[in-house]
Amino acid sequence: MTFKDKLNSIVVLDGAMGTMLQKAGLPLGTLPEEWNVTRPEVVEDIHARYIAAGADVIYANTFGANALKFGDRTREVVRAGIVCAVRAAASSGALVALDVGSLGVMLAPLGSMTFEEAVEIFKITISAGAEAGADLIAIETMNDIYEMKAAIIAAKESCSLPVLATLVFGEDGKTMTGTSPEAAVAVLEGLGVDALGVNCSLAPAQMTEVVGRMLAVSSTPVVVKPNAGLPAESEGETVYSVGAEQFASDISALVRSGVRVVGGCCGTSPEYISAIRRAVSGLQPLPVTEKDITAVASYTHACAFGGAPLIIGERINPTGKKKLKEALRSGDTAYILGEAVAQEERGAHILDVNVGLPELDESRVLPSVICEIQAVTDLPLQIDTSDIPAMERAMRVYNGKPLVNSVNGKREVMEAVFPLVKKYGGAVIALTLDEDGIPPTAEGRVAIARNILKVAARHGIKKRDIVFDTLAMAVSADGGAALAALDSLSYIRHTLGCNTSLGVSNISFGLPNRDFINSTFFAMALARGLSAAILNPASQEMIKTYKSFLALTGADEKCIGYINYASALTSSYTLSGGSLAAEGGEDLRACIVRGLKAKAAQRAAELLATVAPLDVINSHIIPALDEVGEKFEKKTLFLPQLLMSAEAAGSAFYAIKSRFAGGAPAKKLKVVVATVRGDIHDIGKNIVKTLLENYGFTVYDLGRDVPPEAVVDEIKRTGAKVCGLSALMTTTVRSMQQTIELIRAQCPGVKVVAGGAVMNAEYAAAIGADIYCRDAMATVRYCEETEKNI
Amino acid sequence: MKVIYGGADRIDRDEALRYLGYMRGTAPSDEVEAELAACEGEVLSSCRLAAVYAHFSVTRGERLDMGFASTDSRDIEKYLSGCGGLVLFAATAGAGIDRLIAKYARLSPSRAAIVQALGSALAEQWCNQVHARIRGEYAALSARFSPGYGDFPLAIQRDVFAALHVTKNIGVTLSEELFMTPSKSVTAIVGIKDDVQR
Repeated sequence: MTFKDKLNSIVVLDGAMGTMLQKAGLPLGTLPEEWNVTRPEVVEDIHARYIAAGADVIYANTFGANALKFGDRTREVVRAGIVCAVRAAASSGALVALDVGSLGVMLAPLGSMTFEEAVEIFKITISAGAEAGADLIAIETMNDIYEMKAAIIAAKESCSLPVLATLVFGEDGKTMTGTSPEAAVAVLEGLGVDALGVNCSLAPAQMTEVVGRMLAVSSTPVVVKPNAGLPAESEGETVYSVGAEQFASDISALVRSGVRVVGGCCGTSPEYISAIRRAVSGLQPLPVTEKDITAVASYTHACAFGGAPLIIGERINPTGKKKLKEALRSGDTAYILGEAVAQEERGAHILDVNVGLPELDESRVLPSVICEIQAVTDLPLQIDTSDIPAMERAMRVYNGKPLVNSVNGKREVMEAVFPLVKKYGGAVIALTLDEDGIPPTAEGRVAIARNILKVAARHGIKKRDIVFDTLAMAVSADGGAALAALDSLSYIRHTLGCNTSLGVSNISFGLPNRDFINSTFFAMALARGLSAAILNPASQEMIKTYKSFLALTGADEKCIGYINYASALTSSYTLSGGSLAAEGGEDLRACIVRGLKAKAAQRAAELLATVAPLDVINSHIIPALDEVGEKFEKKTLFLPQLLMSAEAAGSAFYAIKSRFAGGAPAKKLKVVVATVRGDIHDIGKNIVKTLLENYGFTVYDLGRDVPPEAVVDEIKRTGAKVCGLSALMTTTVRSMQQTIELIRAQCPGVKVVAGGAVMNAEYAAAIGADIYCRDAMATVRYCEETEKNI
Repeated sequence: MKVIYGGADRIDRDEALRYLGYMRGTAPSDEVEAELAACEGEVLSSCRLAAVYAHFSVTRGERLDMGFASTDSRDIEKYLSGCGGLVLFAATAGAGIDRLIAKYARLSPSRAAIVQALGSALAEQWCNQVHARIRGEYAALSARFSPGYGDFPLAIQRDVFAALHVTKNIGVTLSEELFMTPSKSVTAIVGIKDDVQR
């Protein structure tokens, strides 16, 4: 019987392996998986006892058998673990799961391991387990949904075995990295796992809420594998707070609420499993029902379509946006991240991300922009591209269940996009057009929608994961354009039962005051059943319509959302009417010294009306920076204010740059900065970069965990004369030394500045740096001296 | 072995200012104060305080056997003099703060520095609570000793992580270079005096 067959009834998993091995005398400091090779009889005996207790599935002793711990021996240790389990299971009918646990390191942006590195490491374990004869892959005890995604993709790319995936939730109802149960279900179901749920950390009774929330949204069998409560010490032994009978009774309550797969994690033993077996023996499993929910998710939360309409922010799309184009061309992610955060603050639920420019390699830029945006916002993202390799790479590294924009009725496009949606688990926007173009009538668009659903089903994609866009076209060119879009939208929403989305603003193309038309069309579409709209959340007219619609349809309880929105609007209108000069009147210099970012930009813009750009810089901004720098050196002003001033100066520079074709006068000196290999602390390095840029130096920032070769390549590429290296811990000073050695060998004449928490002048000299700088101002002073000698 | 969770409704402001380089007795400007308050709210709502600890016996031979690892370190030996046991703990303020730091590292260096300092102050505050709890259960010393202090090697972190199952119990990971992630995490030893039993 396969795992999928077993899922037709209640499945009992086994209990703890680690706890049992410790009882059998596993010495502290010995990796438990070593015993697969050295004490296989002990491991086999534990499996046999779980099977005798009534387990349908046993987890092989491979939880930590990964290449980070076992290197070249990984496959051998995995194989030995599967062999132990297979021998124990022989003739019992029990299935053997390859147990895959966390790698014990964090993925970027929190840690230094990349997503693809994690996939490769998991593949080693999983392919070895599949070859050795595992019946399924059980990925468990994951604190981070991103690592879970890497493991599932590795499983899908290494074998065709069923996958059971369980995450660790805390008492706050989230995983350690903040994932909600709903988001977990959206992501795991999207990736096509066969069973999903919760293990470790909590006792069964404490899992009730998280499990209930999973059951409410999951169309996939749900698993619980709890701890026997919390560990406590009793006379030198670790004991757990929940006994076998209590455990089994709490488990059977979970089964009665709909859980289908049950077992035990830390602290459980064969006694617990036989108690579970007895407790569930008379129970009929509740049916696993299809939950018709269209949802996308970030790594924290899910966004469901079909309730209150969703706003998809459209600003990260270079079409018609000069500044964004420039930012993309120059690799200035700060601008893009600013747009992402601004749209989130204005109430967007999902952000569209489009980086399509003819001169850019989208398959390289899109995934990296997606990762950067996910570092600053936890909103779900809409991956917007027609470049299929870019779409795949972006879906792969996206942390969550993405919305993909878009597919359409063209055969070729469906054949390219649907396999990706199936593999990486997205929802997809489907445009109602095909090889013959956009049908002028609603009937034509609905026919295309039906065909798209049919082809999607052939690819195993459910109706709920398709969101139709019935295409708003310019009403100025075709008077029937709005009605054709709305009639088909209404039919698709109410008769076909699918969710809908529109890029609202196309409707007004070619007309003056486009917001008037847009907001009225938006209201009409909302009334006809629009589930989501792609729009600019900064547009007052659109947001007015949206907030009013929510209030008028009862989606805004007691109109509180509307009241908050509308009253704030009035007050901000009054405020912007007042003059800034009247409320204090600091000049630009004072604004910078005090660190007032917005005011500094405004003051700089005002000054430009009467003062030449260069004079604004030389007689206002630079003196302010000097004042702050000197006070910092004299210790009468401290780091936060130094940085706030730097940011205020930065915003003043930005205001000037947009009016001044020549740009701010740069110094000649170029500086490469990096945090050395192995070190992921970059705050100090970022501070140095900010200050250097303020003082007019051109800075090339390589980021953190940078190998020596990359530093040398960048110095050669840019012709930089100074290189700033940062290390925070004693363990990475060696990396710094290696980097300096390579610079000396390949880039003679380049000055090396060493900094960071572990550095001092003595160390810096010992590893061959030219100078130790204790802080960012010291680095600025050194660079100013070096500039004079160029 | 015990796993415990905690909460906080404020962060020690003086400690955070100290991390930011403020000298004792110097007050931040109004603008800095406002930033501190805003960041404190964000740090508190994103933190998740957890800790794991366990008792080990200390035996003295050629090397000092701490029950979970042995060492030649003179400094830890001195710290543990007169102690027949120790409590080893790992405590973390959670991954949410690292998320915030990663966010502001990209958006605002001043906020990144402030969140960093508040996070460190919070981790220290949480360690004090864990330590106080340990002292409630054992006749424990009032000072604690962490890997990397004096000649006590940082590499002992690998043994600490194995002994307390730190990753499995509280989600903290250890890199090859011995960094802990979430970064606002601490491991420490608290000595238990022989002569007092509680």
